[in-house]
Amino acid sequence: MTTALGEFSPDERAAQEERLRKAWETPKGWRYWTSVNNSQIGLWYGVTAFGFMLFAGVLALLVRLQLAVPNNDLLTADFFNQAFTLHGTVMMFLFAVPIFEAIAIFLLPSMLGARELPFPRLSAFGFWSFLLGGVFVCGSIFFNSAPSTGWFMYPPLATSKEYSGIGADIWLLGLSFIEVASIAAAVEIIVGIMKCRAPGMRINMMPMFAWYLLIVAGMILFAFPPLIAGDILFEMERMFGWPFFDAERGGDPLLWQHLFWIFGHPEVYIIFLPAIALMAMIVPTFSQRPIVGYSWIVLAAVGTGFLSFGLWVHHMFTTGLPQISLAFFSAASEAVVIPTGVQIFVFIATMLAGRVIFSVPMLFGAGGLVVFVIGGLTGVMVALVPFDWQAHDTYFVVAHLHYVLIGGMLFPIIAGIYYYFPFFSGKKLSDAWGKAAFWLMFVGFNIAFFPMHFSGLRGMPRRVFTYPGDVGWDWFNLISTIGAFIFATGVLTVVVDIFRPKTKLNDLNPWRSGTLEWTNNPDESWGMRSVPIISSRYPLWDQPGLQRDIEAGRYYLPDAQSGRRETLVTSVLDAEPIQCLRVGGTSYVTIVAALALGGVFIALTFHWWITTIVCAVITLMAILYWLWTGTAEIPPTPEMDVGLGKSLPIYVSGPASVGWWAMFITMVGDGTAFASLMFGYFFYWTIHDDFTAGLNGPGVFWPSVAIALFIVSWGLMLAARHLNRGDKIAGARLALIFSLAASLGGSVAGLLGPYVYDMQPTTHVYPAIVWIIVIWAVVHAVVGCIMQLYCLARSFAGIMTARYDQDIVNVTLYWHFLTITAVVSFGVVGLFPLVR
Amino acid sequence: MKHLLPPEIESLWTLFTAPVVWAAHFVVCYAAVAIYCEKAAVWDVDFGNVRTALGIFTLLALAMIVLSAYLAWRQWGFGAGDPPHDGATDQDRKRFQGFATLLLSGLSFVAVVYVAIPLIFIAGCQQ
Ligand code: HEM
Ligand SMILES: [Cu+2]
Repeated sequence: MTTALGEFSPDERAAQEERLRKAWETPKGWRYWTSVNNSQIGLWYGVTAFGFMLFAGVLALLVRLQLAVPNNDLLTADFFNQAFTLHGTVMMFLFAVPIFEAIAIFLLPSMLGARELPFPRLSAFGFWSFLLGGVFVCGSIFFNSAPSTGWFMYPPLATSKEYSGIGADIWLLGLSFIEVASIAAAVEIIVGIMKCRAPGMRINMMPMFAWYLLIVAGMILFAFPPLIAGDILFEMERMFGWPFFDAERGGDPLLWQHLFWIFGHPEVYIIFLPAIALMAMIVPTFSQRPIVGYSWIVLAAVGTGFLSFGLWVHHMFTTGLPQISLAFFSAASEAVVIPTGVQIFVFIATMLAGRVIFSVPMLFGAGGLVVFVIGGLTGVMVALVPFDWQAHDTYFVVAHLHYVLIGGMLFPIIAGIYYYFPFFSGKKLSDAWGKAAFWLMFVGFNIAFFPMHFSGLRGMPRRVFTYPGDVGWDWFNLISTIGAFIFATGVLTVVVDIFRPKTKLNDLNPWRSGTLEWTNNPDESWGMRSVPIISSRYPLWDQPGLQRDIEAGRYYLPDAQSGRRETLVTSVLDAEPIQCLRVGGTSYVTIVAALALGGVFIALTFHWWITTIVCAVITLMAILYWLWTGTAEIPPTPEMDVGLGKSLPIYVSGPASVGWWAMFITMVGDGTAFASLMFGYFFYWTIHDDFTAGLNGPGVFWPSVAIALFIVSWGLMLAARHLNRGDKIAGARLALIFSLAASLGGSVAGLLGPYVYDMQPTTHVYPAIVWIIVIWAVVHAVVGCIMQLYCLARSFAGIMTARYDQDIVNVTLYWHFLTITAVVSFGVVGLFPLVR
Repeated sequence: MKHLLPPEIESLWTLFTAPVVWAAHFVVCYAAVAIYCEKAAVWDVDFGNVRTALGIFTLLALAMIVLSAYLAWRQWGFGAGDPPHDGATDQDRKRFQGFATLLLSGLSFVAVVYVAIPLIFIAGCQQ
């Protein structure tokens, strides 16, 4: 590109920097915590997740101490159950996934050359939700009420009030809350990667990390909702006795296993891929050359992303499903090894082709890969049905999963910490400490977990709190415990190294990396001083003078004359600048919204209904206030000069806008949850000869009326958007009101079906699943009506007009999804009993 | 033949065509067999028919993937340039997309075949 770069005198530059600093200022004192800037949120998020990891690590050490010798009575059986359940739960839900959301929020803007991700307040909201939910879940063990039925919560054990107390509710509600935060992060990450890259950063030039995170965020969107749907069914059973998993009343515990593992297997890749993504940043730097086989990595990331959804039943090989079904999943499990292998070979090839510097990050990276490969090999073994029949639920599986998780996730994270420490603090961790930590961890890990293969093959089951002395498991266990403590010493070494006092480096890029994030000065909160034009995958290697030009403000957005936080939005494929986006700044509202929503979940756990309602209302108010004051603001001038002689619009609506994409992505996730509920409906149909058990259905009449009204409502919504666009404001408002009325009518009709036929959800699973589907649709309609009222209010307030119509366009998008949901829901519950 | 093919689409989504076909094939195989094995007694269908139907469906899926591979190959310029396709040009971006799509088609092809293998060797539900 031959755009002439900007040229500013030192005085101009100083003035620009002053304004930028002011716009991006981090609040001082206790207000610091109201910051929404990605560097603070990312840091808090990461530190919190790391803290949860240390906590779960302590639990693991307790577990290992109990198992060190046979017939041990250090812990009670019940506390042991709580300890291992909480260990697994915290590691998976409060460490492994969130730490990557943290890293993504922290690094992505700088890597992509953006000032911020598009929805900083959403990130902040996600963080506060995560913190609150996490503390709630972890804290339970101090009241002897932690979940105790294993991290996958199988019914009937976990649905039984007798065997699992409030811990199960804490698990379900606490984690549902955190899942909401994960989906929020996924929205942020997808939109950020697709729309907020530096100009010129075409998709063939995106940093590897971004490719992986894009795929991972997409996976979150399809993996978490089935679990949320499962949580809803589960909680309905525990709270109100709806028998979704109760075989006596037509339910089936296997449905939970399906929903859990449809989430659970992709989850392990959701954890693994970002770790590989870190490696894909580290390996080229220390091999001192570009990655070999960029396209192959894309193949591997996308391929793994898809295939990982076809593996879930390999966790259910022993549940008595038809063997032909098992075989499909076994085959897919073997197929996923191909892309996984490709990633590893790409790294090896890059290292062979370059000149490798064996620094601490490389040490952790390479050590992790070795460990991971061993875990991959046992994975291939347990993916074979006959082998798994022997190994299932033994310590062999424990060995497998720790090899893949610690090798594939924890080691790369530590590598990432060593690698990126200078990026966020301007200081370097110590080589000597790092090497010591690595060897302690590597050796300790293998001493701890390798013997588990043998204790497993000798038949030691998982989750036993003690065992007799004469069955040949004792030595293996003692060795494992010793290894665990060596490993823990290694982790501690890392922690100490992080907190040791260090001197400041005078070098932004100590590793001589090639990617964009290393141009950022950690002492300034604006991220990019100016948003550069990119023409290489490794701009710092290939674009001479880049650093200097960025710092001299010679590229886009060198100034903040509006006093607002601004970043560029670019097109998906070729990253051409299309908008100057103003993002949200410091605010309390995110904290209030997160705390209130947390209140809803916590109050539900203890069945405090009034508190639940109060918190729900506060949440709604907070979110409405947030949207009203923080989104779709009409700018004083339609266009803005972004530098280099370019002017860009500030307000766009429809598919060009980030808000539209956020809605679309959220609704895809929402649709997945809905599909999971429908899966439940048809699941019950397949397993029973007559799934209605001779009970009443909702009839045909009321569901049909509901469908008709929802379609009318949709038509009116389209009309409203159209009229609004044509500046026929009165007509648009009228159409909105009628559309609202139609969908309310549709909701009532929908509820009338099961109501007039007196379907009793506690008697049998059939009425229960019909009710849940109907309620799902109605809740969506009610949320839609609130959105319509919001649009009306905006219209009357004069902040939604023909030209500035983001709100109504996004609500119409919601309406497409709502209509599909309603038509499918009422169509299926009304008509399917006839045609079956 | 060439004019029958759709024109080149400028989108990120074409990248996912072949894996989506894999996913559809997988879901159909799984669902068909799962339903069949529960309902076989009621419906009185022979497993052979299910197998044949899924076999045909597998061939269709493979054909779709081959088509996607061909389109990708075209987008890649029929191999006119070698990777890495890292230039700051439209052409390199397109070629990169083509090449990555081609690779994904290959993987999806293999994965569909993998999933179909049980249909050859397992002649019943075996529950
Ligand atoms: C080479 C690819 C892999 C294959 C074929 C594979 C296969 C399996 C199978 C069949 C099981 C179930 C064993 C049983 O319960 O009897 C299992 C368990 C598990 N795998 Fe893998 N795996 C692979 C990679 C991974 C990766 C990359 C991770 C995470 C980073 C992972 C994490 C786990 C976990 C956490 C469990 C245990 C879940 C539980 O029962 O608590 N696996 N794996
Ligand atoms: Cu799995």
